[in-house]
Amino acid sequence: MIYLIYDNTFEGFLTAVYDVYELKLEKVAIRKSNLEIPQLFGETIDVVTDKNKAKRVADKLILILGKQSFQSLLKVLLSELETIEDSILNFIRYTIKTNNNVFNDFGHPAVLKIQQTLKKLSRERHRMNAFVRFKLANDGLYYAFIEPDFDVLPLISSHFKSRYADQKWLIYDLKRNKGIFYDLNNVEVVKLEENTKRGAREGLDINLNTSEIEFQKLWKCYFKSTNIASRKNIKLHLQHIPKRYWKYLIEKN
Amino acid sequence: MNWDRINEKLSILADAAKYDVSCSSSGSKRTNKGKNLGDSSGVGICHSYTEDGRCVSLLKILLTNYCIYDCLYCVSRKSNDIKRAAFKVDEVVDLTLNFYRRNYIEGLFLSSGIFKNPDFTMERLVLVAKKLRLEHKYNGYIHLKTIPGASDELMYEAGLYADRLSVNIELPTKSGLKLLAPDKDHKTMLAPMETIQKGIQIYKEEKKIIKSSPKFTPAGQSSQMIIGATNESDFDIVKTSTFLYKKYSLKRVYYSGYVPVLSDNKLPALHTPVPMVRENRLYQTDWLFRFYQFKPQEIVNHNYPNLDLEIDPKLSWALRNLEQFPIDINTADYHMILRIPGVGVRSAQKIVAARKYAFLNYEQLKKMGIALNRAKYFIICKNYYPSQDFEQNRLRNEILRFGKSKYSSHFSNQLSLF
Ligand code: SF4
Repeated sequence: MIYLIYDNTFEGFLTAVYDVYELKLEKVAIRKSNLEIPQLFGETIDVVTDKNKAKRVADKLILILGKQSFQSLLKVLLSELETIEDSILNFIRYTIKTNNNVFNDFGHPAVLKIQQTLKKLSRERHRMNAFVRFKLANDGLYYAFIEPDFDVLPLISSHFKSRYADQKWLIYDLKRNKGIFYDLNNVEVVKLEENTKRGAREGLDINLNTSEIEFQKLWKCYFKSTNIASRKNIKLHLQHIPKRYWKYLIEKN
Repeated sequence: MNWDRINEKLSILADAAKYDVSCSSSGSKRTNKGKNLGDSSGVGICHSYTEDGRCVSLLKILLTNYCIYDCLYCVSRKSNDIKRAAFKVDEVVDLTLNFYRRNYIEGLFLSSGIFKNPDFTMERLVLVAKKLRLEHKYNGYIHLKTIPGASDELMYEAGLYADRLSVNIELPTKSGLKLLAPDKDHKTMLAPMETIQKGIQIYKEEKKIIKSSPKFTPAGQSSQMIIGATNESDFDIVKTSTFLYKKYSLKRVYYSGYVPVLSDNKLPALHTPVPMVRENRLYQTDWLFRFYQFKPQEIVNHNYPNLDLEIDPKLSWALRNLEQFPIDINTADYHMILRIPGVGVRSAQKIVAARKYAFLNYEQLKKMGIALNRAKYFIICKNYYPSQDFEQNRLRNEILRFGKSKYSSHFSNQLSLF
């Protein structure tokens, strides 16, 4: 088995795909650079990300799949699943072999895997659109912390940008230590220093706007009052808001 | 702000509003042009779920729970001895904006008891919406529940600022309304629906000529009726909602299982359980009409005036029409695929898309997530044919036996699965 190690970028991945075809590799797996590869089981090659190679793969796939399906395919990488690159490679091989847009061929295992992963990603994106809870800091910044299952920041950015266009906001993924910050003009990716991550989190919470706690109380009060006790259904409740999301939900604390 | 006072009002006025079940925040087309607050162009988001499993999407409150009317089924009725409260217009505006900015909600659902008179009340509801839109450039969702008896002018103005308007028909039958809501009558309840419908039509016409003409209730109108408070049949209910959908082009008709709030010999006894299963069956029926191409009389009619509580209406229909099955997954048209028990809209779409590449077998269907435990009795696919011929009742028992947990305790009022 040969392991192609790429730099966790889209271009790096597409370069790896190029190399698979160029070197006619059969028993091959593409892996992210931050994963441990069991040395015993095979050879590893570091992929050198190459814009031109990536573009050639992209062009070919867009030609067969169309732009939208191609983009969805790349999106699947955001799931960060350990062997998801293999599933994408299988899908690409099937596409190239049949020279046909197989995106909806649910009966084929490679396609089904891609579709199922997309569905999971989309569910997590929806959850983050729903479960982000902004707090207002003294300097007017609305900030929120999240720990999503997948790397969904790139998927939620435009939603928050168009919705909260007149307020500064920051959504920070503590699991991946990166955030998106909107400065009233653009959204950019930001990183808090590792050793200040906790500090920053506490720091922000100390500088809360004076009304913030009051609005949190009002929200909790609303959440309680709008419940109909005689219709209680905790099973359904938990199905909609699994416990791992409660940490940042004001109404559940 | 006097926070404690606001807190108290909020708890009273959210509590009084919670029996209105609509929580939809979809269907509007209000985009954020320029740098303003809010955008309602996508599908609505459920930001949280209460312990009863219902979606929390909107800040759903009454402006006041004072009321001059005395509808028997309502907690806010005049003769009920409860705590009363009233929000000021600005308080509602403030709450909405602050909740919205924190991503708690998609917007506001405002309704009210009637104080002084219908117009006086409606004016204030409209004022809240107007301030949000004009003073605060707010593009979040606004649903106003109109006040029965308010003037056409106010209804029209409401339509300029709201994404959705609702007029609650309250009870499925005229006689029920007469019995329980003596201050209201059927005709005056329907009149505003017509006004709103006209407004929407005029807007659509104008929009063809002038692109930028101001929006008018872009998410349409909806209504709600309480079920289980009078002795209406499901056939009665479906007749009424079908009429409303057709005549006034409503977007949604909601069903609210009656929650006993008062002991009176005209009403179900106080400890009667909320008819949640029945409510769920009615929603499933509604789904069958809206997404599964069923006709109302296929589901309920003179011979079957009430829905089966033990099994869902689609399965029930299939059992009554066994001669139409088995259906061939690989050749039947979409319309028939939709009618297979265990196959939802999304599954039907997947099947129709996937079979273009190659005929599908049982394993593939299973991997695709089709609920074969039910579908298996009703389908043919590659290398598969249902094992036995079943007679209606035997098949019903067989399915019930194997799907026990599915049908027993767990019901959602917006369950979309079949
Ligand atoms: S008019 Fe509305 S608020 Fe007043 S009693 Fe009747 S249903 Fe309740």
